Amino acid sequence: MGAAGIMMPTLPAFSRSVSAEALLEPGLDVAVKKRLADAALNAAKSLGATYADVRIGRYLNQFVLTRENKVQGIINAESFGVGVRVIADGCWGFASVGDARNEAVVAQAAKTAVTIAKANARLLTEPVQLAPQKGFGEVSWKAPIKRNAFEVPIKEKVDLLLSANAAAMQNGANFVNNVLFQINEQKYFASTDGTYADQDIHRIGPNFTVTAVDPQSGKFSTRNSLSSPMGMGYDYLQVNPADKVTGVTTRYNKGYDILEDITSAAKQAKEKLTAKSVEAGKYDLVLDPSHLWLTIHESVGHPLELDRVLGYEANYAGTSFATLDKWKTKDFNYGSKEVNLVADKTQLYSLGAVGWDDEGVKTKKWDLVRDGTLVNYQAIRDQVHIIGEKESQGCCYADNWSSVQFQRMANVSLEAGKTPLSVANMIKDVKKGIYIIGDGSFSIDQQRYNFQFGGQLFYEIKDGQIVGMLKDVAYQANTREFWNSCVAVCDESDYRLGGAFNDGKGQPAQSSAVSHGSATARFNGVNVINTARKI
Amino acid sequence: MAILTKEEAKTIIDKVLAYSKSDEMSVNLAGGRTGNIRYARNAVSTSGESVNQSLSVTSVFGKRAGTATINEFDDASLEKTVRRAEEVARLAPENPEYMPMLGPQTYLNTDPYAESTAKMDPNYRAQATFDSLDPCRKKNLVAAGYMEDTARFNAIGNTKGLSAYNRETSVEFSITVRTADGLGSGYGTSDVTDVSKLSTKAVTEVAMGKAQASASARALEPGKYTVILEPAALVSNVDASLMVALIRSMDARNADEGRSFLSKKGGGTRLGEKLFDERVTINSDPTNPEVPSGAFSGDGRPQEKITWIEKGVVKNMPYSRYWAEKKGVKAVPPGGNFIMEGGTQSLADMIKGTEKGILVTRLWYIRPVDPQTLLYTGLTRDGTFYIENGQIKFPVKNFRFNESPVIMLNNLEAMGKPVRIGGNLVPPLKIRDFTFTSLSDAV
Repeated sequence: MGAAGIMMPTLPAFSRSVSAEALLEPGLDVAVKKRLADAALNAAKSLGATYADVRIGRYLNQFVLTRENKVQGIINAESFGVGVRVIADGCWGFASVGDARNEAVVAQAAKTAVTIAKANARLLTEPVQLAPQKGFGEVSWKAPIKRNAFEVPIKEKVDLLLSANAAAMQNGANFVNNVLFQINEQKYFASTDGTYADQDIHRIGPNFTVTAVDPQSGKFSTRNSLSSPMGMGYDYLQVNPADKVTGVTTRYNKGYDILEDITSAAKQAKEKLTAKSVEAGKYDLVLDPSHLWLTIHESVGHPLELDRVLGYEANYAGTSFATLDKWKTKDFNYGSKEVNLVADKTQLYSLGAVGWDDEGVKTKKWDLVRDGTLVNYQAIRDQVHIIGEKESQGCCYADNWSSVQFQRMANVSLEAGKTPLSVANMIKDVKKGIYIIGDGSFSIDQQRYNFQFGGQLFYEIKDGQIVGMLKDVAYQANTREFWNSCVAVCDESDYRLGGAFNDGKGQPAQSSAVSHGSATARFNGVNVINTARKI
Repeated sequence: MAILTKEEAKTIIDKVLAYSKSDEMSVNLAGGRTGNIRYARNAVSTSGESVNQSLSVTSVFGKRAGTATINEFDDASLEKTVRRAEEVARLAPENPEYMPMLGPQTYLNTDPYAESTAKMDPNYRAQATFDSLDPCRKKNLVAAGYMEDTARFNAIGNTKGLSAYNRETSVEFSITVRTADGLGSGYGTSDVTDVSKLSTKAVTEVAMGKAQASASARALEPGKYTVILEPAALVSNVDASLMVALIRSMDARNADEGRSFLSKKGGGTRLGEKLFDERVTINSDPTNPEVPSGAFSGDGRPQEKITWIEKGVVKNMPYSRYWAEKKGVKAVPPGGNFIMEGGTQSLADMIKGTEKGILVTRLWYIRPVDPQTLLYTGLTRDGTFYIENGQIKFPVKNFRFNESPVIMLNNLEAMGKPVRIGGNLVPPLKIRDFTFTSLSDAV
């Protein structure tokens, strides 16, 4: 699966409603968590487990939902529980229990996990092979937030969203839906390897959709926010001129100006109603980071997940065209020489940043595609030996205490170009092109060959000039052809993060938050279709 | 937590309601267990069980609502939860669209629950998985599958006298079988209320047949084709789908506001207009024995038998209670299931009656392109075949489509016998001029 363009994260499993104040209450003391964790680990070992880990998770969410001049709801939710994963008789087993606050309950979960592992051992073809991992002892990690969003009074958030909505309505919007998502994961991990990691992760995601309606023609159009969900606190909503990228419309780096963006959105949604419908054909595409992140996510992030390559996702998300035999040649051309793609679980302000992953591996950064050639995958402890690595790359994640951890996408990003290049200079050389800003419709096949993407804003480029807005645009391409058509990437000064809260994968389906960085990039001769229909 | 009976749940809820000091209060009590087993590369990969329970209280003063939740059921904890919900409500912003709670309701008698499913344990799941894996291993095929079973209950009560109770079970099973060389792939899926009606072996055999028959597919030019869409191509147990997208896009408020395919030029909705082929009739019925669903919606409204589309005409649209009051109409909730009427033909009969066409097992990664026309894009997957003169001639490479379910249901050629999928009843459909816009190399 992939990320949704319009981010509507669902609440973690078994969430319960609480007051806003309760979101600021401390969770269990770390000493209590260690005691519970040890109870689970000891129970598992005494029942014959050769490995066990336990995750004690407290997941806090606050969603502020508004439309026009109304607050539709404020959701404060907490989910707390314990998940225990074991290897017994060479097989994985997992069990979880909500609101587990004493040793007997977590020990029972450990027992259930061992029972499940033993029941399923007969269905194995080979025992689980776990890459060795040293214990780190008692460690901690905290997201680099400047202002905890949960400490900001609700009234301040409501006032901001309602004033943004008013700006949209004053500038021609007929409707506006505006939501603010705030997430805090308080995760405690312990394993029989001897790691006890206490981590505090924060994420924020402002997100609106402005709608313009022309009742006479019966047509409507929308424009979504150009914000990105970020691994930040409320500081993301701090307006900062240095974080603005100006041009045909303003885009944002680490400080989002919602009032400015929603004002532009209202005007642009109206402008879309009468924009020129695109003529299908080949165009050179200039893709803004607010758009390109999703193409990177779908056509690079997912196909380079080792579990997909091996077939573990065959029944759901699918497999991958980037098979091991291609990687083994050390010469498999994924894209042009301009294309350098890296995986990174440490990137500052990204959604995927943590200190240790959900199986006790210290996080890192590594190459996936270097100078256009496929060089590596994303892999975790029970699979990394297959690609000859001695230790996991640290990208194991579970979306809740009730979910079993497995390989999830790291932040996967396109490196900025090494020679100075501005967006204006990139556009100057384009004869027949389309400049696309913002993410829209997205779809890709189960082996990640054929994809189709839309966007929020489309501008026609003729002879090096932006000549006007287009609508009904989508591009279709094949992953390798597309990345080989990349002829230039702007420099570091244009580098920004995009991302999603809700990358879906696994059965039962789990949601993961991930960022993708890039600078604006140019792709030549891409097939553009016209999506207008009559019903 | 055990599945509480209606009486046991009501006793707890009534005790909580007695603590209320707010204008209105509702209590929701829910609990259950879910278990799963997942396999790939012909071996089990992950498996787990999770149990949970919760009681949530919503207190209301005027148009201000607050909710608090608890997992402990002693008297002191319950009273504390009520006081906390009241505190939250007093501090909440006013919701101008708040609707007063419903009083006593009359519900249809539904029971989407089977003891056989509620009793499933790790050994049952392991055996069901073995029954699926074993035939694949014997034929040198590679299986990846998933089974999830759930047993839960949900009860609501409020200070206006509403009392509702539902218990349900469900099992979803799906399998993708691939040939060892990776050139063929087939899919099978089934969802049931009663696990004794599920044969993982039988579903696996369908997927095995498709995997073997789909190897070494040929490329056809993209374009407009007559297609036979199997039920799994119309409704997905795991992804967005064309039929569910259509049903979920029928909300009355969006249409009234001018931002739906059901918005009328010049204002209002297209209720009463014929928008589809006259053979298209879609209902909801929580009492249907093949697809039983809960008797009430999340806000306590009764789920009734209702016709959404009759002979191609839009007959009803779902309304929120707020919007229904504003418009002076009945507040019909979205259905808990949907049932599309079909014909009597089997899939084999439909293939026999096709001169030239494409058989589509499944559509995948379906995403909206244009909400104005309900245009969606996605791809065929796990078994796509060319039909000529009533026979499957050869497997074909997968296509990307760009199509609207509205256009699709106008280009209807034939309908087969409806089958259960995703808790709904859907027939296989034969559609002319289905739009494939490009080819995919994916298997």
